Amino acid sequence: MAGPAKLDQLHCPLPLRARDTIMLGHGSGGTLSAELLRDVFLPAFDNPTLARLDDQAILNVNGSRLAFTTDSFVVKPLFFPGGDIGSLAVYGTVNDLAMGGAQPLYLSIAFILEEGLKMEVLQRVARSVRAAAAAAGVQVVTGDTKVVEKGSGDELFVNTSGIGLVREGVRLSADQARPGDRVLLSGSIGDHGIAILAQREGLEFESAIESDSAPLHTLVAAMLDVTHDFRCFRDPTRGGVSSTCNEIAAQSKVGILLEEETIPVREEVKGACEMLGLDPLYVANEGKLIAIVDPRRADEVIEAMHRHPLGSEARIIGTVTESHPGLVAMRTTLGTTRIVDMLAGDQLPRIC
Amino acid sequence: MKYIDEYRDPGIAKALVAEIRQRTTRHWVLMEICGGQTHTLMRYGIDELLPQAVEIVHGPGCPVCVTPLETIDHAIELALRPDVTLVSYGDMLRVPGSQSDLFRARAAGGDVRIVYSPMEALKIARQNPQRQVVFFGIGFETTAPPNAMAVWQAHREGLRNFSMLTSHVLVPPAIRLLLASDRNRVQGFIAPGHVCTVMGYRQYEELARDFRVPIVVGGFEPVDLLEAINMLVAQLEAGRTEVENQYARSVSREGNVPAQRLMETVLEVCDRKWRGIGTIPRSGYRIRQEFAAHDAEQVFGFPQHGVEEPAECISAEVLQGLKKPPDCAVFATRCTPENPMGAPMVSAEGACAAYYHYRRNAL
Repeated sequence: MAGPAKLDQLHCPLPLRARDTIMLGHGSGGTLSAELLRDVFLPAFDNPTLARLDDQAILNVNGSRLAFTTDSFVVKPLFFPGGDIGSLAVYGTVNDLAMGGAQPLYLSIAFILEEGLKMEVLQRVARSVRAAAAAAGVQVVTGDTKVVEKGSGDELFVNTSGIGLVREGVRLSADQARPGDRVLLSGSIGDHGIAILAQREGLEFESAIESDSAPLHTLVAAMLDVTHDFRCFRDPTRGGVSSTCNEIAAQSKVGILLEEETIPVREEVKGACEMLGLDPLYVANEGKLIAIVDPRRADEVIEAMHRHPLGSEARIIGTVTESHPGLVAMRTTLGTTRIVDMLAGDQLPRIC
Repeated sequence: MKYIDEYRDPGIAKALVAEIRQRTTRHWVLMEICGGQTHTLMRYGIDELLPQAVEIVHGPGCPVCVTPLETIDHAIELALRPDVTLVSYGDMLRVPGSQSDLFRARAAGGDVRIVYSPMEALKIARQNPQRQVVFFGIGFETTAPPNAMAVWQAHREGLRNFSMLTSHVLVPPAIRLLLASDRNRVQGFIAPGHVCTVMGYRQYEELARDFRVPIVVGGFEPVDLLEAINMLVAQLEAGRTEVENQYARSVSREGNVPAQRLMETVLEVCDRKWRGIGTIPRSGYRIRQEFAAHDAEQVFGFPQHGVEEPAECISAEVLQGLKKPPDCAVFATRCTPENPMGAPMVSAEGACAAYYHYRRNAL
């Protein structure tokens, strides 16, 4: 075909890079979320505390180091096996504080309610918040309520913010991982995402898959009692273990090599993932943590984790490497090596 | 997990690799057809385990990838109509058409829903009689039976507001096209196990006979693929050109006859355009005239417009096994899964996307 005629027909898909609307993937915790941070929020709010890009801000106030964080919850359905939006909102924020090495102290809670929501539903969520706060040893000390017209929300959204006190001598950040460090994982992965999805899609399995939603600060405290030689803690929520490891690799400019056979996945979760075409490495968790630790202390820390109910299945799942900086690789069960990529868009929207 | 763990067993895999190594005396080029198999090969690094003399190239077997740009444009057009609910499998949503994709259509206010089965689309149609519900039904012979069933059921119920936008493609005509090309390098094929579960493998016996090429129907786990490769190499080394069935736990020679009858009732073979390759005669299905009330193309009518791929994309060569994804100048630089320039980068099961996700050039 002659040049001009062909050019007339050429519709290159490239202009799609210009993103002029928000898509669900922007809330996925994957590369689209990272773009939003880079292109919109960081230029707007630029400051050194924010620039650390950890799960919480660390603030020096009168000689004390405070951790401060906020998180919104839009999970659908509101109630699911192993938890609900109320307990999730408490534990999510508690965990973001805990990942900064902080003892969580106080939470705020804000509700956005849709006109027509059943009072009974709100009561049930409020009771769950109270129980979760009591279990985590935090107090809800301030709050807010807004109501939007029917159709402008989806029953109820929750925001929690929290502050905590960072333990003396603890310095954590995702940019501090060094070659040789060990990657620790506190237990089996994918439970939360699959529990939500199974509930949403009406999938039934031989035994119900429950969310792992749980407060992790006492586990972190037990680990910090062993040593302070941690580089960082992260809870692999949206985007799962893969996103978390990719973030650490990118921020620390190191590679990470995971060992596939060491990563625990429950049989039911494995089965659901096979059916749904999901990779557990990308599925959300709400009660698991990843820690990067000095290799000399890794075994001791694992022993301490095993003594804690939320760390009984803890394992060393990988090593920080000098090679392939910014990339996460995995040694497969067959002994070959592959990349564990960051997820681009949303695998499962509204998971938390 | 039963039927999974034993097919991922490292011990069995190693034994098969050793057997392949021992058997191989010269260079062989083998092609897997199905995107699911490409995905497994890359995910487990199976090509790394093979002797260098056994080269694996990747065929055009990702239905999402080969769906023409204009079909995706039609789906987006429909999604943006205020009276239409467009229902699709999740993996079609991020596939770019010429200007946009279904995610963007949804963000722009289009009613786009994701389902795991076309039967759910029927349910949506029953519950919303005032809306036109269109199921975006694409795929190979594997998804044709459930899609045909949805149309058949809608016809039986007289569900006037349900239709299907379809771009079904068939595997054997694509293999025939590859083999007939004078540039063909492929000496043995791994036939797609799930397609053969539905269709059986009689059509592949014709191909093996016509082109004197061995074909092994293969499964999707690492051990399945290694076993299929082992069987192919054994045939090639012995000079045999037969169809063998590695995936016997799922595939029979006749296939799923009731499913075939249903497809025959609702669908008929037609010429189809494949993204990245072009039009292949008698390589797809369309909805029979009898069911025209449920054929979105007939219900809505689309203007015909030609849309071409960017010139830099070498997908035609990749999909014919002439080149590997990293041979492309724009691979992983200007062409990525977020901004695909051509068919094989579009869906996770496409050959370029599989290389991008699991291999890139970095390791």
